[in-house]
Amino acid sequence: MNPLFALSRWTIPLLFLAVPLLGFLRRLPLYQSFIAGAKDGLLTGLNLTPYLLAMLVAVGLFRATGGIALLARILAPLLGPFGIPPEIVPLALVRPLSGSGALGLLADLFAVHGPDSHLGRLASVVYGSTETTFYVLTVYLGAVGVRRRRHTWLAGLAADLVAFAVAVMLVGK
Amino acid sequence: MKTTVAIGQMMDLVWGLLLFFGALLGVVRGRPEAATAAIFRAAEGAITLAVGLLGTLALWGGLMRIMEEAGLPRVVARLFRPLLARLFPGLPPDHPALGSVAMAFGANLLGLGNAATPLGLKAMQELQHLNEDPDRPSAEECTFLCLVMGGLTLIPATVIALRARYRSQDPAACLGPALLATLAGTLAALTVDFLAKRRKKGGKEK
Repeated sequence: MNPLFALSRWTIPLLFLAVPLLGFLRRLPLYQSFIAGAKDGLLTGLNLTPYLLAMLVAVGLFRATGGIALLARILAPLLGPFGIPPEIVPLALVRPLSGSGALGLLADLFAVHGPDSHLGRLASVVYGSTETTFYVLTVYLGAVGVRRRRHTWLAGLAADLVAFAVAVMLVGK
Repeated sequence: MKTTVAIGQMMDLVWGLLLFFGALLGVVRGRPEAATAAIFRAAEGAITLAVGLLGTLALWGGLMRIMEEAGLPRVVARLFRPLLARLFPGLPPDHPALGSVAMAFGANLLGLGNAATPLGLKAMQELQHLNEDPDRPSAEECTFLCLVMGGLTLIPATVIALRARYRSQDPAACLGPALLATLAGTLAALTVDFLAKRRKKGGKEK
C-alpha cells in the first residue's frame, strides 16, 4: 500500500485525541466552543446547498444524455498518454473558479465511480491539493482595492497545474 | 469589482454549456425522458447530499473552533515565522505585518476556513499600508498571494466529509498525497513569483 495513503489513516483519530485535550489544558469552555463552531459548520453547509444543486443538476443532465461519455471520447487520445482520465477534466477546469461548484462535480464523480475507485481517489487528491485561484485573487486584491495583478495569476495557475500533475503521479493507476 | 464579474462570467459559461449541451444531446438523441429524469433525480440528490454533509460539517466546525480558541494558529505562526521572514525579505523581521501573514498562513495550514479568510484579508491590509503604489500589488503582497493560492493545507476537511458521505472505506486516504501535491504546487507558485521578480529587477538594472 502507498505509504502516503497509510499515513492518512491515523490523522483523524489523532486529531480527535489531541484537539479536545489541548482545549482542556488551555481551560477553554470546551463544550460551548464546540457548539458555537458546529453552528457555523451548519451554516456553511446551508450556504453550500444551492451551489451543489446547480452543479449537480447541470452535470447530471450532461452525463445522462451522454455528454460526459462524448467528452471522454474526444479527450481520451489527448490525455491518455499522460495517464489523465478525461472524466476529471470538468473538475480541474471548475476548481480554480469556484470551490462549491467543484465540490458538486466531486460529489458527482463519487456517486458514479465511488470514492475509492481510481478516479474517485484522484479527484479527492486534486480537489484537496488545489485552490480556488481566481477566487482568492479577486477577494484578496479586491479587499485592498488593488486592481493590477502582475504575475500572481500565472503563479496561481502554476500551483494548480503542478499540484494536478503530482496528484496524477501519486495516485498512479 | 471588474474581476468579480470575470469569475461570474466564466462560471456562467461552464454551467451554461453543461446545461445547454446536456439538454441538446437529450433532444438530438431523441431521449427527452432520460434528460427529464436526470434533472429531477439530480435536484433531489443534491438535497440528500447537502443534508448528509451537514453532520460532518457541523462536527468539523466544532472541532475547528476548539483549535482556533486554543490558539493553534498562533502556535503554527510562531513555528513558521523564521521561514516566512525569509520569504518576505522586504519586511522587517519584527514588523506586525509579518505576524499577520504568519497567522493567516497558520489558519490556512490548519484548514480553518472560516478563520483563514478574515486573517488573510487583515494581512493584505497591513501589507497594503506598506505598498508604495496602491494600484499595483507589492512584492510582499504577491508572495503572500502565492502562499494562499498554493493552498497548503494539512487536512482537506471538506473532501474527507464528502468521501465519508459516499461510504468510503477510508475517508482520509487522500490526505497524505494531497499534502505532497499541494506542497509541490505552493513551491511552483513561489518559484514563478521569484523568477518574475528577478526578471523585473534585472530589467531595471540594465
